[in-house]
Amino acid sequence: MSDEHESILTKHLDVFKEIGNIGAGHAASALAGLLNRKITMSVPEASVVPFSEIVNVLDGPETLVAGVLIDLSGELNGYILLLLGMEDAMSMVAQALQEPRRDTSEPTFELSHMEQDTLLEIANILVGSFLSAISSLSGLGATPTVPQLAIDMLGAILNIAMIEYGQIGDSVLFLNTKFSDMDGDINGHFFLIPDYNSYKILLESLGLEG
Amino acid sequence: MATIIVGMADLKVAKAPDILTTLGLGSCVGITLYDKINKAGGMAHCMLPTYKGFEGQSIAKFVDSAVIELIKQLERLGIQRRSLVAKITGGAHMFGGNANNDLLKIGERNAAAGLAILKQLAIPVIAQDTGGKHGRTIELIMDTGALKIRTVGLGEKFI
Repeated sequence: MSDEHESILTKHLDVFKEIGNIGAGHAASALAGLLNRKITMSVPEASVVPFSEIVNVLDGPETLVAGVLIDLSGELNGYILLLLGMEDAMSMVAQALQEPRRDTSEPTFELSHMEQDTLLEIANILVGSFLSAISSLSGLGATPTVPQLAIDMLGAILNIAMIEYGQIGDSVLFLNTKFSDMDGDINGHFFLIPDYNSYKILLESLGLEG
Repeated sequence: MATIIVGMADLKVAKAPDILTTLGLGSCVGITLYDKINKAGGMAHCMLPTYKGFEGQSIAKFVDSAVIELIKQLERLGIQRRSLVAKITGGAHMFGGNANNDLLKIGERNAAAGLAILKQLAIPVIAQDTGGKHGRTIELIMDTGALKIRTVGLGEKFI
């Protein structure tokens, strides 16, 4: 079953890349407003990554990351998980709040409420843009719930994605989108995690399988 | 001395002076078995509570089948089941949100599945550090049987 799952996803990577492209396009203009600067986006990459390798996507399982999980319900059920490296997350927060960027490597590093809310708002924009791209291509409606933030080891945060996918196979669909501004690049890593039934519905609605 | 990494949905056994480690447990559970006479043990990093319904998939991914497989591999090293003791860690609730949501409660179910299978196999659980909202990295030190737990922001401890 797992090989089948992986080969179906791999076959349609271009479609998921297109979803990423449309989503990133929406997100870039929304982010520009929030961050008060021009944001450009590059073509995202879509890949099917085995569980055993996924933790290497962001420098290993103990890397400190910000993860935002959004629950989807409606015609499409499941989750979208957005991962941002801590440096990237804090540089966006600093820009939005127009404050100097903080050193994330300090042992006492912790986010203030204001910073957490800002990060959640950024995640909302990114995930909302991505979600509207999925909806416009598949015709499936899904309502996102209030996002949940966790700042912890990459491996621990990824568990949730892998557990849902773990019921279908041994790999996960992964979209990496790069946003650029004057100061450098910011990588947003998206994991699309439909539940078992929605996974089939999504592929069918995109006209891919079924 | 070698440090042997146990990946996600993976299990390994080792003898002193080696160390078994698994990095970044979230809602997954880390189950360790240890025999102090032979200074040998095993570690599993499991994602889901039970193998039932998922036959054909990797047995290390599931709590119940992973524990049974660990015991088999330890028995092959000449270790007797009755000399084994267990420790269980992980099973955190990384994201808040809907408390009735099955996926988000998976950590709790994984930990419960670990306790249940170990009880069924009559292996005593001598230490437990499960739940909470934080990730854990664990190391089982074969020389002593001590289990070191490392977290982000909550420091290190031994159980």
